[in-house]
Amino acid sequence: MIKTEKLTKRFGDKQAVDGLTLEVESGEVFGFLGPNGAGKTTTIRMLAGLIAPTAGTAWIGDLTLGQQDDAIRSRVGILTESPGLYDRLGVARNLEFFAALYDVEDIPAQVEKYLRMLGLWDRRHDPAGTLSKGMRQKLAIARALLHEPAVLFLDEPTSALDPEAARLVREFLSTLKHEGRTIFLCTHNLDEADRLCDRIAVFNTRLLALDTPTALRRNLYGRTVVFHLSQIEPRFARRLEDFDFVHGVQAMDNKLVVTLDSPETQNPPLIRALVEAGADVQFVGEIRRTLEDVYLQLVERSGSPEIA
Amino acid sequence: MHKTWVVTRKEWAEVFKNRFVLFTIAFLPLMLTALPLGILYGIRSSGDAGLSSTEIPSQFTQICEGLVGEECAQYYLVSTFMVLYMLMPLAIPVTIAAYSIVGEKATRTLEPVLATPISTLQLLGGKALAASIPAILVTWLGFGIFAIGVRLMSVNPAVAARLLDPVWLVAVFIVGPLLALAAVSVAVMVSSRVNDPRVAEQVSMLVILPLLGLFFGQIAGLIYVNGRLILLMAGVLVVADVVLSFFATQLFERETILTRWK
Repeated sequence: MIKTEKLTKRFGDKQAVDGLTLEVESGEVFGFLGPNGAGKTTTIRMLAGLIAPTAGTAWIGDLTLGQQDDAIRSRVGILTESPGLYDRLGVARNLEFFAALYDVEDIPAQVEKYLRMLGLWDRRHDPAGTLSKGMRQKLAIARALLHEPAVLFLDEPTSALDPEAARLVREFLSTLKHEGRTIFLCTHNLDEADRLCDRIAVFNTRLLALDTPTALRRNLYGRTVVFHLSQIEPRFARRLEDFDFVHGVQAMDNKLVVTLDSPETQNPPLIRALVEAGADVQFVGEIRRTLEDVYLQLVERSGSPEIA
Repeated sequence: MHKTWVVTRKEWAEVFKNRFVLFTIAFLPLMLTALPLGILYGIRSSGDAGLSSTEIPSQFTQICEGLVGEECAQYYLVSTFMVLYMLMPLAIPVTIAAYSIVGEKATRTLEPVLATPISTLQLLGGKALAASIPAILVTWLGFGIFAIGVRLMSVNPAVAARLLDPVWLVAVFIVGPLLALAAVSVAVMVSSRVNDPRVAEQVSMLVILPLLGLFFGQIAGLIYVNGRLILLMAGVLVVADVVLSFFATQLFERETILTRWK
């Protein structure tokens, strides 16, 4: 649904996006993670046909960026960093305006559909300026969906929201995911990305990693198993290091921390070896790496971003 | 045209929620209508224009041909104010138009609009119409009141006929709207090139200077607004409006507005 090929954006001598190549499948929720100033918003703006790339190109479905930008803008929905609502206008009036710009056929029905879906129907006559932050964000999401876009770009949809409002927005995004929409989600919230996204790209001006959340954790760290022993001796660690599939062994207190690929199949021979070497294995556990660990390690390795 | 009109209606819905804006739109035409009518009434009541024939510019006394004394004075004073009916559609919409782009950027509403499949011409056209139509209509309303007042208060029908001759009708109903469109185009252009609403308003207000020059030029007797001048203005303004509209769309750089304005 979305394909980019060496997509690049420079502002003067500042590199904002450097040769981004990726593909997002139809119906996929794609997380785009990166620090402030990494070029995430610039990437979304390019893909939504708002600004032109300096080099490279992209396709939204069968539409080519830079050649069919009007058609691309008709086919995508975008939630910008700020809700950008007309505060003096009513909630429904805000949506009616955008529905008309998107050439929506049955505007009243479409506006009602999304206001009801997002629990804003009872507030439809109220000025948008009187809504809470969470409601404003939901209204902005409704605006992005009015024309039933094939692709939805969401730029930090839960940033600056309190936990309750953020939960409301996340629940709605989860609903959209189950509707099979293609969603390109920029977020700082790694837990949100972990829960919602099918695949995640970690980005800092250039693409640092791209995979499923599970695969990202595995590929970066392997999997780490901890063997708790009643008493530790140097020969226990040496014994485990003899196995080819063991990437590393660390002795800490009465624990052996072992890095390997597949605990499900590799733990049993390790336990047998430890018992044969005279160790009392009390219990075995696995250290779970979070997406945050992966993200921080990748971003720290990549250095500081240059521009927003 | 459909999307242009959508933008215009949205602008009105937003702007007219602000009663102070409504007041500023209505105040100038009503005041500038009341003023000449008050003068007419004063002259008629006192039977003295307060002006001797030597105080009326000589150029004007030639135009007064057929009118004598207070008739000529009435004609002179009130026709001086007639220039203001061209100034009004120029001055009233400028503030609204100047705020139109930079204001949306400041409130962060512009990016979602630019993300829709709307062309620059449709967007700017909608904003230009939203600013100029109320100004033109309220000016015409003021002129209508003025025309009725002139009929009622002029010393004789000859003065009223002179004040409402086709030259002034062309000035008010053709030159006025053309001036409004020119002013709005300049204001929208300025609004899309600066990043502070206050700067946009201050710079845009400069467009009224040429017409103020015309107003004071007529008072000083340097210029007299006659049929030839009005037709010349209309011709020049048609060309100017096309050129200014073109430049307004060309100077509206979406990328710069989105990425450079903070």
